[in-house]
Amino acid sequence: MARLTARWGRSAAADSATLGAVSGIGTLFAAMGETRGCERRKETRMADTLGDVPPPSKIHLKQVSQIFETPGQPEVLALDRIDIDIAPGRFVSLIGPSGCGKSTIFNVIAGLLAPSEGSVEIDGEDVTGYIGLVGYMLQKDLLLPWRTVLDNVILGMEIRGVPVRQARERARPYLERYGLAGFERQYPPALSGGMRQRAALLRTLLCDTEVILLDEPFGALDAQTRSAMQEWLLRLWEDFGRTVIFVTHDVEEAVYLSDEIYVLSPRPGRVRAHLEVPLARPRPRSIVTTDVFARLREHCVELLGPAPTDLPADVAA
Amino acid sequence: MINVGHLATMLPGGRVVRREDGTVVVPPVTRRRLPVQRRWHTARIAAWQLGILVCLIAYWEVGVRVGFIDGFFWSQPSQVWTSLVTFVGEGDALVDTWFTFRATLLGFAVGTTVGALIGLSFWWSRNYATIVQPYLVCFEAMPKLALAPLVVLVFGMGLSSKVAMGVALTMVVTTLTCFAGVKAVDSDQERLFYSLGAHRIQVFNKLVLPSVLPWIISVLRINIGLALTGTIVGEFISSQHGLGRLILYAGEVYDIALIWVGVLVLSVLSIALYVIVGQLERWLIKGVAHGAATGAAR
Repeated sequence: MARLTARWGRSAAADSATLGAVSGIGTLFAAMGETRGCERRKETRMADTLGDVPPPSKIHLKQVSQIFETPGQPEVLALDRIDIDIAPGRFVSLIGPSGCGKSTIFNVIAGLLAPSEGSVEIDGEDVTGYIGLVGYMLQKDLLLPWRTVLDNVILGMEIRGVPVRQARERARPYLERYGLAGFERQYPPALSGGMRQRAALLRTLLCDTEVILLDEPFGALDAQTRSAMQEWLLRLWEDFGRTVIFVTHDVEEAVYLSDEIYVLSPRPGRVRAHLEVPLARPRPRSIVTTDVFARLREHCVELLGPAPTDLPADVAA
Repeated sequence: MINVGHLATMLPGGRVVRREDGTVVVPPVTRRRLPVQRRWHTARIAAWQLGILVCLIAYWEVGVRVGFIDGFFWSQPSQVWTSLVTFVGEGDALVDTWFTFRATLLGFAVGTTVGALIGLSFWWSRNYATIVQPYLVCFEAMPKLALAPLVVLVFGMGLSSKVAMGVALTMVVTTLTCFAGVKAVDSDQERLFYSLGAHRIQVFNKLVLPSVLPWIISVLRINIGLALTGTIVGEFISSQHGLGRLILYAGEVYDIALIWVGVLVLSVLSIALYVIVGQLERWLIKGVAHGAATGAAR
């Protein structure tokens, strides 16, 4: 425990090594994970307010460019020198019009796509092109229909070589705590859309990666389920204390959930703006009616530029 | 007026009449109920089915006795029955049936397994798949039954030539089906596996295999019929046992009743084989759900 309370800012690498060791212990991890999360965020805030120590970097996209080449067609510049630096335990949203390369950014971070230029660093280490270092959740839940919910949730651990029995034991309390109690032995088709997304998110979180990428996870849900899922996600994030990068189309969702927002421009994708969200946590739902919130939302909408209806012409140009 | 006409075509009324002056008359909508079919009791349906069969056999028997069906070519049910009793009681019924049954099952098992393995192997290398594909298509297009004389020459008169025929007929179908299954594996799901840091062997075991299994199951029923066909043709060419040989022999000696016996026993055998495949299917489907649990334990 003493090791955990050590200031992580100075030795992010050492800290992550400790966490790696802790995560193997299993059920013990649950309790530790929570304390870790809380402390981290407190310290992050402190660092922000004091301004004495520059926030350490958890994940850093260094001047990442991506060019897509199709034979017989002009090459497409999808990402143009994207530079995103995120401190540990932060909740960061990327917003931008469709086709701005948000998914490309995620593919690069997840190691599924080699960037044409630039690199990805986690804890100061170059990890460009390595897979399995970050948790990646796509908009589709991608639950395997032949596996029970429980066995779907442990997929990541299983791939990492955790024995199935142990993985199941570890996952069970999470399913209960996060609204999937009684559904462990059901198959995915029996679940509602919201529940499927919960299962998919738990699968991502239980991989023990420090960075989680969420690609419009609630895009396909109805408004009511969506807002419930947002609350649920925040609770989970506070419990687990992971660094989250969140892609969404919904400006309000981005402002409500995040610590920071990156606004991207349409193709080629560039960082148009980087905004801090100066709203205290925990955030009640009613916060959306405050002035600060409204102003920030308006600002984001302005930055996003032309309405989506103008987009086709824009893209064609 | 034009609007009314347009509307009229959409209404479920009678015929729309267009007058000389251009106006349109829409007849009133007739009231109609949803047509409902009343389903009969199972026993009543079974009675009908049995009745039709009895009528057919009776017509055949009476037809031959009265003389409007040529008994020399068509034989008659009573004779078929006598032949059947002799065949089962004194003939080689058990030996022949067992021979055909064994050859079919072996051909089915070997053809399906090898075919599935080849099909699945295409997942591992796209280049290899592209190189092999034209050969597969050629072999599939070839009428494999035409190869039967060659197969019998190479594999001899015994069981192995019949199995080889069964394999020749089933293997390529299975390979092509499996290949289609491999190509249909959800690429997003594959991406998910790799994003979790999976090795290729893990993706194969945990994603490709369970995804392709339904395709393999779908081909089983086709294969059992093909394997039986292969075996019978193999027996036709040259054999000492088997139902195919029995039918061929009966034809050669103009024993039409025995031909019918052969076909009858073959049909029963075929039904038995379908039952076996049905069981295999159920077992495999359970394996998909269960395999995630046990297969994952490694």
